[in-house]
Amino acid sequence: MSEKKIIHERSLILNRRAFLEKSALGIGGAALSSLLGVNCFRKTESGVLTPDSSSSGIKGALTSLHHPAKVKRVIYLFQSGGPSQLELFDYKPTLNKRRGEDLPESIRNGQRLTGMTSGQDKFPLVGSPFNFKQYGKSGTWISDLLPHIGKMADDICLVKSMYTEAINHDPAVTFFQTGSQQPGRPSIGSWLSYGLGSENENLPSFTVMLSRGTGRPKSQPLYTRLWGNGFLHSLHQGVQFRAAKDPVLYLNDPEGTTKSTKRAMLDQLAALNDQHYQENGDPEIQSRIAQYEMAYRMQTSVPEVMNTDKEPDYIYKMYGSDAKIPGTFAANCLLARRLAEQNVRFIQLYHMGWDQHGDLPAAIERQAKDVDQASAALIADLKQRGMLEDTLVVWGGEFGRTNYSQGLLTDTNYGRDHHPRCFSMWMAGGGIKPGIVYGETDEFGYNITENPVHVHDFQATMLHQLGIDHEKLVYKYQGRRFRLTDVEGKIIKDILT
Amino acid sequence: MNKPVTAFWVVLTVCFLSFSCKQKNDSENLITLNQSKKSLPNVIDFTFDVKPIISDRCFKCHGPDKNAIEGGLSLNTPEDAYKALGEEQDHFAIVPKEIKKSTLIERIYSDDPNLQMPPPESNLQLTDYEKAVLQKWIEQGAKYKPHWAFSPPTKPEVPKTAKDWVNNEIDNFILAKLEQNGLTPNKKATKEKLIRRISFDLTGLPPTVSQIENFIKDSSEKAYEKLIDTLLSTTDYAENMAAEWMDISRYADTHGYQDDFERTMWPWRDWVIHAFSKNMPYDKFVTYQLAGDLLPNANLEQILATGFNRNHKITAEGGVIPEEYRIEYVEDRTTTLGIAFLGLTLECARCHDHKYDPISQKAHFQFFSFFNSIPEKGLLNGMKDLGEPYIKITEKEAKGVLSFINMKNNPTKEVSVMVMKEMSKPRPSFILNRGVYDQPTTEVFPNTPTSILAYPQEYPKNRLGLAKWLFHKKNPLTARVAVNRLWQRMFGNGIVSTSYDFGNQGALPTHPELLDFLALKFRDEGWDIRKMLKYIALSETYQQSTLVSAELLDKDPENKLLARAPRIRLSAQIIRDQALSVSGLLHKELGGPSVRPYQPEGIWEETTGGGGGSTASYIPSKGNDLYRKSIYTFWKRTVPPPSMMTFDASSRDICSVKRQETNTPLQALVLLNDPQIIEASRALALKAITSDEQSIEGRIQYAFQRATSRLANDIELASLSKYYKEMLVQVQNNEVQPETYLAIGDYAIPKDIDQIALAALSLTCHTILNLDETISRG
Repeated sequence: MSEKKIIHERSLILNRRAFLEKSALGIGGAALSSLLGVNCFRKTESGVLTPDSSSSGIKGALTSLHHPAKVKRVIYLFQSGGPSQLELFDYKPTLNKRRGEDLPESIRNGQRLTGMTSGQDKFPLVGSPFNFKQYGKSGTWISDLLPHIGKMADDICLVKSMYTEAINHDPAVTFFQTGSQQPGRPSIGSWLSYGLGSENENLPSFTVMLSRGTGRPKSQPLYTRLWGNGFLHSLHQGVQFRAAKDPVLYLNDPEGTTKSTKRAMLDQLAALNDQHYQENGDPEIQSRIAQYEMAYRMQTSVPEVMNTDKEPDYIYKMYGSDAKIPGTFAANCLLARRLAEQNVRFIQLYHMGWDQHGDLPAAIERQAKDVDQASAALIADLKQRGMLEDTLVVWGGEFGRTNYSQGLLTDTNYGRDHHPRCFSMWMAGGGIKPGIVYGETDEFGYNITENPVHVHDFQATMLHQLGIDHEKLVYKYQGRRFRLTDVEGKIIKDILT
Repeated sequence: MNKPVTAFWVVLTVCFLSFSCKQKNDSENLITLNQSKKSLPNVIDFTFDVKPIISDRCFKCHGPDKNAIEGGLSLNTPEDAYKALGEEQDHFAIVPKEIKKSTLIERIYSDDPNLQMPPPESNLQLTDYEKAVLQKWIEQGAKYKPHWAFSPPTKPEVPKTAKDWVNNEIDNFILAKLEQNGLTPNKKATKEKLIRRISFDLTGLPPTVSQIENFIKDSSEKAYEKLIDTLLSTTDYAENMAAEWMDISRYADTHGYQDDFERTMWPWRDWVIHAFSKNMPYDKFVTYQLAGDLLPNANLEQILATGFNRNHKITAEGGVIPEEYRIEYVEDRTTTLGIAFLGLTLECARCHDHKYDPISQKAHFQFFSFFNSIPEKGLLNGMKDLGEPYIKITEKEAKGVLSFINMKNNPTKEVSVMVMKEMSKPRPSFILNRGVYDQPTTEVFPNTPTSILAYPQEYPKNRLGLAKWLFHKKNPLTARVAVNRLWQRMFGNGIVSTSYDFGNQGALPTHPELLDFLALKFRDEGWDIRKMLKYIALSETYQQSTLVSAELLDKDPENKLLARAPRIRLSAQIIRDQALSVSGLLHKELGGPSVRPYQPEGIWEETTGGGGGSTASYIPSKGNDLYRKSIYTFWKRTVPPPSMMTFDASSRDICSVKRQETNTPLQALVLLNDPQIIEASRALALKAITSDEQSIEGRIQYAFQRATSRLANDIELASLSKYYKEMLVQVQNNEVQPETYLAIGDYAIPKDIDQIALAALSLTCHTILNLDETISRG
């Protein structure tokens, strides 16, 4: 009945158009807009209602794309904690050969250290105990820890020359997600929601899912500001989809009530709110009615998309047995695909637990197992549905790890500290060259020797793929025009098709 | 800025004829659309017409930042703007009254991308209207005026008005402008509306039914004034004022980074409430907070007040470089000084000279140096670190000079609170290259820019001197910024709508003379906050109705001229407090440690790390502490209370003087499904049932009046009664299970109440608490 009811209500509103047009274009316009689609208004700093976001068929702040887009949506598999590139993607046999030797000062070259290793008097080099091999036609070197991702080597573009400015988790993750180390700016997904609006009026355009790694269950924390809207309209905040009773906060109807209770309440609210609007004339009231309708639709559409019961067995086989356990990385990857099918613009996963300061060999093995199969399955699944062409998948963390051991290096054990100067991440999908490796590091895996990619470059490139010039997606706040890439950022043209 | 809206709505309305419309919503384009129709003023005014254009589009490369100047041209001052340019010194950007000789005109009208200004790649285009303004300005002599906010306020003449609608001077200023624009003020709001408005604005709570009835009954001339006085004398007023100060001071109960451990700053919060309840004058209130420790013979209260500048985030993330973060803290204090007291974005001059305002990078670090000599650490050593410097407050102090601190719920009977303290030898301060902590260049000393007000020689070069400088008679900003925020409290927007920015990029005052009038009045009458709020509340302007005709909405959509009172959605905190208040659940207790009301299960645990501590998992409070006012809700910065954030609460990461006012589907979900609201609905229904009202209609009125401060009209009442009956049927049909629905939340229902009727009425109250009118003050 819901759909019919909504349409019915819309018709009622349309019927009232004559009245509204007579009374004022202004009120009529705003009222109709808010009832026909998602609310598109906010009060600006000076108090006026201005168009802000959009709904199906209606655009965001950008009236048109700056150039044709290669992708419609992004799935960002954020690996929180700083995965060690040296055990996963950046093959450095020299480190095995020179195991235990001190990091030459000529290589370290004054790089600042975190407070956790700055007190060490020795920096013993250590290589990966896990073997690497070459995969696919591209011959990309990938660690034995990631056999499934290895099999997808010809579909991904591995960037080995990422670098960042921050050396600690909080500022580094915040930097990746918002372009600034200090809190307060909108995150990537919020920028996209603001710029491009939404293609599905029943789901938020920016969704977030969290999972906890087995590599370090008591890991680094996350912060809700990482998916916050900063100074943008709160409509653009990332909405967390949870493996909990309430898949979105406050989504479930009160216990002991039914859908028909809720529907009756909304009808009653709409009637009384509308009556008040007739007396007072404030267009915000009409907008309020529309928000309640949107909330009602979300109550249906969110559980629908979260319910994976009907996924066939072969899909679960692809993603692995974890995919049946809600809240795991694998389950979230499967959900990511389902959200992508619903045209959710920005789907952000966080997998925690990559912070291996000590006990690295055992921990990273578990951690890699958490994500390997499902990450690869997601690529394959998107591909078999023809969706990889217009989806960008990103895999990576906030920084890399040192080539020397943090703490004692023993025959079987060691740890690695944070390393901002070089680390690896990979991308796959629309407009990204598949099966290539971009950038190179020195034989010690400490410095970039070729094609450095800064965090802002990565962000600029991501926006570019979505049809956005990163210098032009701006929002004026406190007198200044802000953008995701602050005042930097170059597009990495070499990796684009 | 107000004009584009009309055009936008025209476009939209046309769009609606087709369902999948393409919305024309680029605001800059809309400005063009509209301004092309706007005729140029006869006399171009630098402040109102020209500066907003050149600041916004030209200053980035031709403004106050000396190091960023392109082509040797700065438009910041007339001397620089009229200067000869080029190697040959043979051309001029601006020659007053000489269009042909002014190359600026040629460049802004040029189609050649190599010549065009602003350059195409800057993404800062000028509209035709703006070009015409600049041209006419040069034709008329290219006269400059100093930035309005940097000249001290002067006493304006109170304008005369034609109409007799004046309760105090505010109305003269407002009415004069309305008359100039051919508008008339609204009628007075009804008494119900007025008492609701003033109660929320002053106390953050809705009026009680007896307050409403007494006010309506009291037909004396002084009824309204008496009401104001009563409200101002309550502790609710003090808590409500303090709630805003929590945003400004970025108060929180955790440190804000990484594991986000708990901190104890609530005794400082108790002091803020205390200060407002004593009506401490604003100058003293600010001086205590900036420099209480430096006052002669400073007492513990004055020292505690300096906790203001320790409310910023502090890291305990093992591995950070302490100095990098210590610099961030000093920067945070500098930013806060700018936004909270000066209405300036001082932080914009950290990496380079300010792009828009006359604040050099040197001036930035001179401000910085006032806050740089605190014996503090950049990195806290785990969750037990108390964050030097701090004071210890024991029961002895809490019974003496600090008797306003609520120690009741504190089992240890002793707390430590972070405060400010000067090092015996000041730490040297330097200009930091690009603002980076490890790149010091020239040494600087405490000082203030002459562009605002030169620092008097006789003042000590420390925070106490800085506080004196803020309240110096010639300081052009302090009083304006403060009084503007009081205006914002009462009207939703300040006279300067960008209450955080009075600089070149900020909004211009809608009523500059009124702002000056109020600023001087505030200062000369002893910085008396209550007195100023009462004065504003007594104006006819404040007492108008919010009704808005289509015509008025079209002429003044932003309500800049105040021909009507604004209708404002209640803040996050007030929405919750109102629900508690009308349902009788609210537990009024002043101060004390923060409490933990309902919050969705698991949201701390989902993001928490391995650090442990009291912020790792959320353990809700029990009993009365579930029903305290929202100012006492525990604030974990990295995972703030989601229902509050959904209603635009400030995250408390940085100083914030103005909140957004948004309208989103997630807000609907909170009001529909948050146990706090459902429980309040049930408690309200129970109150109605156990009241004297015997009829359904009477009980509905009971609830409706408490939530909206008025009685439902016949149509509303009939509609709600019908709804109640529908709900009754749903309960009887088992579509609603009363035993489950009525068990949400801790509040227990007496067994002898008819559960079916209670459930139906609870759903009705739940609906009433969701009304747009309920969450607004009109």
